Amino acid sequence: MSTGFHIVVCGSLVPDLLQTLEPVAGPTGPALKNEMMLPAVLDPWAGHALFEAAHLAAKHPGSKVWLVSLGPKAKLQQLMMSIAQKVPFELVAIDGSASGFTDPVEVAAALAGAIEKIPTLDRSRLLLFGGCASASRDAGVTVQMVGERLGITDQFLAADEVKVGADGTLTVLERVEGGQYLVSEVVGPPCAIAWATGNLPEPPNNPQVGMQNMRTLMPSLQKAQLAALSAQGGTFVSVEVPKQERKTRIVKDVPLDEMARDIAEWIKG
Amino acid sequence: MEKDGSPKGPPALLKTLPGDDVRQIMWRFADRFDYQMVVQSARAVARGPVARAVAKGARNSHEWTDDKAALLLEFDAAGITAAAVDPEYGGYIEGPKNFVLGLLAFELAWVDAGAGTSSMANTLALAPIHERGTPEQKALYMARSVPPQPGEDRKIWRGAFALTESIPYVGVDTGVLSGRVRVAEWNEGEEPILHVDKRGRFITNMGSASFVTAAVDSGDPRIKGSCMIILEETDPGTWDRGTPTKKLAHQLSSTRDPVFSLRVPAHRIIGGYTVKDGVIVPNYSHAEVIEAVFTRTRATPSIMTSAKLLSAIEPVIRYHRRRFRGAAGINEGTPRFDMGLQQKEDALHRLLDVWAAGEAGASLGFETSRLLDTYDDIEKAKSAVLATQGIAGGRAELKALRAREKDAAEFVALGANKNRSAAESARYDELAADPVLKFMITESLSSVLIPSAKLWNTGHGVNMMREAVSMMGGYGITEDCPGFLGTKWIDGQLEATYEGPEVVQRRQLSVTMSRPIFLQQFQTWIANLRDVAREHPSMGAGTLAAAMELWFWSREYLSTAKDAYGKDLYSNQRHGVTYPLADALAWLVATYHLVLDVLELKAKGPENPALAEGIDGLISFYTDLTHIHSATAAGEATKICAELVFGYRAESYPLDSTPANTDDDFKDVAPFIALRTKVDASLAGSKLAKDRASESLSHVMIPEVLDYPV
Repeated sequence: MSTGFHIVVCGSLVPDLLQTLEPVAGPTGPALKNEMMLPAVLDPWAGHALFEAAHLAAKHPGSKVWLVSLGPKAKLQQLMMSIAQKVPFELVAIDGSASGFTDPVEVAAALAGAIEKIPTLDRSRLLLFGGCASASRDAGVTVQMVGERLGITDQFLAADEVKVGADGTLTVLERVEGGQYLVSEVVGPPCAIAWATGNLPEPPNNPQVGMQNMRTLMPSLQKAQLAALSAQGGTFVSVEVPKQERKTRIVKDVPLDEMARDIAEWIKG
Repeated sequence: MEKDGSPKGPPALLKTLPGDDVRQIMWRFADRFDYQMVVQSARAVARGPVARAVAKGARNSHEWTDDKAALLLEFDAAGITAAAVDPEYGGYIEGPKNFVLGLLAFELAWVDAGAGTSSMANTLALAPIHERGTPEQKALYMARSVPPQPGEDRKIWRGAFALTESIPYVGVDTGVLSGRVRVAEWNEGEEPILHVDKRGRFITNMGSASFVTAAVDSGDPRIKGSCMIILEETDPGTWDRGTPTKKLAHQLSSTRDPVFSLRVPAHRIIGGYTVKDGVIVPNYSHAEVIEAVFTRTRATPSIMTSAKLLSAIEPVIRYHRRRFRGAAGINEGTPRFDMGLQQKEDALHRLLDVWAAGEAGASLGFETSRLLDTYDDIEKAKSAVLATQGIAGGRAELKALRAREKDAAEFVALGANKNRSAAESARYDELAADPVLKFMITESLSSVLIPSAKLWNTGHGVNMMREAVSMMGGYGITEDCPGFLGTKWIDGQLEATYEGPEVVQRRQLSVTMSRPIFLQQFQTWIANLRDVAREHPSMGAGTLAAAMELWFWSREYLSTAKDAYGKDLYSNQRHGVTYPLADALAWLVATYHLVLDVLELKAKGPENPALAEGIDGLISFYTDLTHIHSATAAGEATKICAELVFGYRAESYPLDSTPANTDDDFKDVAPFIALRTKVDASLAGSKLAKDRASESLSHVMIPEVLDYPV
């Protein structure tokens, strides 16, 4: 009997968050200014999911991790030069826009379609991972929709921890209102888990791990299928960066306590 | 049809600062994913732990502190330490490592070159073993220098390269050594035990070294000549790490003045030895070892200085743009608020000069590293061929190579001829198949590129780093200057000094730049630039070609000319002639390689979909930047050549009057005057290129904040 998990992590790239992200109107709808030229990083939430997956796989012999990424092929390749060094995984690349303005329904369809085509995937051992949100689009629905398409009905959102019991039961901590956790148990895979931040630090780069991953990375990138994202899913009335609110009051000789009180009042609104 | 010709509407602007895609194309590693990973790994260490250590003030101590030592562990974890080691000994990168080590140094020096030096110094310590060590020495020390793998319980060994000694000797002349090796004990039928006395000066990595590769001379008639020898910290005797050097630069690396007085077995002599008539004869003198080492390691520091210049661009742009923000009366939406000092042409023009110098240096440094990556195989093939002829090293080899110089020059000439006849092609193929000729051509080129890179990148690089610092105003010379520009400035001065200071590089160039095989290649460069100028007239390639022609003529002229007193101008001791001429050449060589890299970007950039959005602006900007730098380099080279060609003539007339016989007086240098006029005329458009590039510089998108702390 097979042991271990088959963990599929859905995650892609977002522009490096230190960059100036300026919405512009592109020929096919809203976009970010110079988006293709900006350096990209793995979406932080997807990153947490990937690191948790690798950690889980390392603890359970026979497990395997796939990273299913929908993004521009050339950008994905650059991203892999850093991500592939962190943990072992096999890449399933889908060529298409990773913009925050794509329709999550279409994205989920593309991801689910790619997952269904993974030849060695054992769906009975499948843990579907992803981020509960994204740095480029905070709809928080993609993992759920991919799960639905794959027929996975046990879904956990905003998870921070998964423990595997001796009998294979999974105990999942999900974030709920007010800083509380909802603790759930599920008898085992298949299930979908959309991660919040998890508990693990980002693993350091290790080019030796990267070299191992490269054996499957490049072939995957080369044969990446183009995803049909029509951009017809919704209409954007307007797009803008959240405004920074800055109120400056020039005063002299104000005692510290009074300053602190002022700031607290301002925060309270 | 011009691809990038003269004014035809507003040029596309540079959209973002050049990223990895651009660098991978320009520096030719787009297909080396292992290198790309190493770059990312080193970058994460540089802009993470290294930057935090600098920001925390770790540089403010000459001692080897826990903070500094912790960085070595970061290097180990990130694969930086093992990158230099061959896979058979536990490394993970196949093939030669010069280029990848250059990339590592670039990434580390982007933040702090002392960290880069810490990493490099270990490689330098291993280099004598790598280049000339016995198989046993390689297996032992290379494998020990790789970080322990999971499940292994051992301590990693770190090394130091101990050549330089207390003044007055080494550092001035590495041929003279005070360190001595003597026979301590030599029992019949047993291996000799040696006693090594060595006092080092400015020895990098000494704070953490477990072994040292030390240069020593014989102090015993039973040992012939000099050698390099491996010392270990557990050898019996004195292993005194010495006092920390109170250096003002590269403080993240450990540098000390150690004292060794140790007994070591003779098999520690690097490369082994033979016993002849009761005398130990090392297989390699220390000079032979260090020649092999420095051939391969000098390009790396040159890349470090260029990295600093390129790292300065973003913080200077940000500083200039935000210079007036927050001031009373400077409101959002006004030019002063949005553009700050970038409203002023001076700020833009000066930063372009810094940028161009960084690009040219990187182009030269990386080309040199790539060439060196071909060197080992070429050298081995040459040695194998000569061995079949009964020639093995030393003078016999030099004589054999000298006898082939004509063939080598013919090969270069045939290679440059695009319209070869059938007979010429057959001859070319015959010569191309000869490993000896291939070696001669590669060696003649590398022996110009290496000193040029070391000399120009670091020497001119430091001057330009000062420019970058000055552009930040008083902020530039503070500890919290974004990008650590002040410390990078002084760090660059150490890069200009270690592994052979500028005078050593000028000395080497003064010899190698006059070799016929190099000069033949130099002429093919000029021809190549003429072709480039025809196809890409806005790059300044014509200006560079004209300046190279002028340099070539000047060198020929000076090689036979005499001064007003009848003394030869181009002679061994005439440093006033040969050294400036070497400086001029280095300007030209660096710029030539920038041209080649930008041509590569023009050719391959459009193929990369990630660059499609901004490729026009990118190419337009780099074309202009190359033009700017070609003009600067031409100006510098021309000025130097003019001083040399005219400066040693007798003063023929008072300065405030025009002589009647000017034409006669300067008849012999009329070609120079014509060539100089050609250079001057070719400068047309170079300032327009600067204006265009300035426009890009004032619009280019930069990140909101620097990606490493201050």
